Amino acid sequence: MSETLEHIASAARADAPPAIVLDKVNKWFGTMHVLRDVSLTVATGERVVICGPSGSGKSTTIRCINRLEAHQEGRILVNGIELTDDVKALDDIRREVGMVFQSFNLFPHLTILENCTLAPIWVRRMPKKEAEALAMEYLNRVRIPEQANKYPGQLSGGQQQRVAIARALCMKPRIMLFDEPTSALDPEMIKEVLDTMVGLAETGMTMICVTHEMGFARKVADRVVFMDRGEVVEMGTPAQVFENPQTERLKTFLSQILRGH
Amino acid sequence: MSDLTLETSVAKVPEAAPRSPPASQIGLVGWLRANLFSSWLNSAVTLLVAYLVIRWIIGFVEWGIVNAVWSVPDNQTQACRDLKGIGACWAVVTEKHRFILFGTYPYEEHWRPALCILLFIGLYVVSAMRRFWRKELALVWVVVLAAIGVLMWGGVLGLSYVPQERWGGLVITLILATFGLAFAFPLAILVALGRRSKLPAIKAICVLYVELIRGVPLISLLFMASVMFPLFLPEGMNIDKLLRAQIAIILFAGAYLAEVVRGGLQALSKGQYEAADALGLSYWQKTGLIILPQALRLVIPPLVNTFIGFFKDTSLVLIIGIFDLLTAGKTAIIEPAWQGFGVEVYLTVGAIYFVFCFAMSKYSQRLEAEFNRHRRR
Ligand SMILES: Nc1ncnc2c1ncn2[C@@H]1O[C@H](COP(=O)(O)OP(=O)(O)OP(=O)(O)O)[C@@H](O)[C@H]1O
Ligand SMILES: [Mg+2]
Repeated sequence: MSETLEHIASAARADAPPAIVLDKVNKWFGTMHVLRDVSLTVATGERVVICGPSGSGKSTTIRCINRLEAHQEGRILVNGIELTDDVKALDDIRREVGMVFQSFNLFPHLTILENCTLAPIWVRRMPKKEAEALAMEYLNRVRIPEQANKYPGQLSGGQQQRVAIARALCMKPRIMLFDEPTSALDPEMIKEVLDTMVGLAETGMTMICVTHEMGFARKVADRVVFMDRGEVVEMGTPAQVFENPQTERLKTFLSQILRGH
Repeated sequence: MSDLTLETSVAKVPEAAPRSPPASQIGLVGWLRANLFSSWLNSAVTLLVAYLVIRWIIGFVEWGIVNAVWSVPDNQTQACRDLKGIGACWAVVTEKHRFILFGTYPYEEHWRPALCILLFIGLYVVSAMRRFWRKELALVWVVVLAAIGVLMWGGVLGLSYVPQERWGGLVITLILATFGLAFAFPLAILVALGRRSKLPAIKAICVLYVELIRGVPLISLLFMASVMFPLFLPEGMNIDKLLRAQIAIILFAGAYLAEVVRGGLQALSKGQYEAADALGLSYWQKTGLIILPQALRLVIPPLVNTFIGFFKDTSLVLIIGIFDLLTAGKTAIIEPAWQGFGVEVYLTVGAIYFVFCFAMSKYSQRLEAEFNRHRRR
């Protein structure tokens, strides 16, 4: 069933080459089988939200896309480059793929500005002045330019997460991965981060976002993927997935989420 | 009402006017009352300790200053002996200070080790200042250490040659400690990184090195360096004794420092590594820009603790006949005229060690405070 939906989605954007292709990806941690034949094609410019219960392999899936975890079977292609042990290919992919973590992971010993300029200077070999101008542009976009010379520890969680987004954007990635970017935040800060992400979606960025924020999914997602126990169980537009769940597992999950909110 | 407060941002909520705490809790009187005289028992202990400290200070001032003999005419120690212990004989230090500082280095060339000591201290001071923490600092180190080598050995630039056997005193201690830590520290970082390497061979070598070296006392390592090591060298080849001791100290310090650094590496969250990876930084960029700066900051206290330990451990070279500061002090009082004045000499030598170690300790505290100023942890 998911196959057909996938066809629909990719047929809609057949003109552009897919940004990400996961083809029957399998992964084990020790003997634990955490990804089972996960297949997913994300077109350029498409916004995909992944949801599912805890431990279902959502994080592992997107961490495989920039090889923070290595998969063991199947193929992963990013912008047409296959992820293998080839270091050169990996470098190329990591430049194109930005990632935002649940726990921000800013570098606490560097200022906000230095956090943002570090990778452009060292990885893209950009002159310092240029990198700083670029960083200020993105800090403006996430609406915290006035914090540029502070240290991460001096910022609120929501501000830190917006810096983390700016830091990833400074590498001018073509794809952004988000792993539960708001789940470590207090409710009043969730909105500021989600607004930033909506703004980013409007620029046409290819995004894969693990989140349980249904409002966000409805607003920006082209497609919602539901995972459970390492498998992609259902996939479709937000309306299809949320209003018309086909499987028992998704129904249970949705009822739990709704109760939680 | 509640709507109103929600709309005004938190920062704009009017603050209650600040009040100062009650007078009885601030200032010297407040502090004394809170800490020294909070209860009957506390007061009694305070008074007793104060009494003992004051007694001791008065006694020391009488012995060390009031009744002390500061100098005697050419080795006539009768004046000192007449004191019968009620006063210090600082004359021994006045008389022997050159020997304690420079050992058996030729007398008329003493300005050379003296200059070396000043160069060392200058190097420490410059390296301690953060505004000089640039790439050029490494160059300064190389130049200064080379200059010290030239000064000590001589044989060029019109300086007379002085064989290493005649070096001694404070300058030996500083040479062993400075070269020792300057080489041991980078070695330790590499070993600590190696222990976390994904390559089994590198990991095994590093583990083996640390465990082997930590398993033996420094003394036996020094013995091996001075006695056994030459046996393995080809006939006719001879490495300087000081250099052998230096290598032993570097290897020993390296193993201990490596464990300290590894502690810092382990304290960093996995997220820091992942964030660096996700940005596309290479292994060495990640290590040099993200991991080490944070890991080393975390371990400043144990790191300096180890530094201080090794500064003093250099005195163990006496067992292989190298004349460091402590050995020079010991030797100074072998002469019959000066026998029995060990306390004065050891106090002096101890004071010299103390100045260096205390400076390190104070500096590390300041550095730590400076690094952590911006951080909430
Ligand atoms: N480094 C690891 N080593 C061993 N097992 C792991 C590791 N990382 C994840 N797992 C396991 O893999 C499974 C999938 O984990 P994953 O983090 O992908 O789940 P998730 O869907 O992101 O869950 P959550 O919503 O709690 O973040 C879990 O059972 C987890 O315990
Ligand atoms: Mg997760």
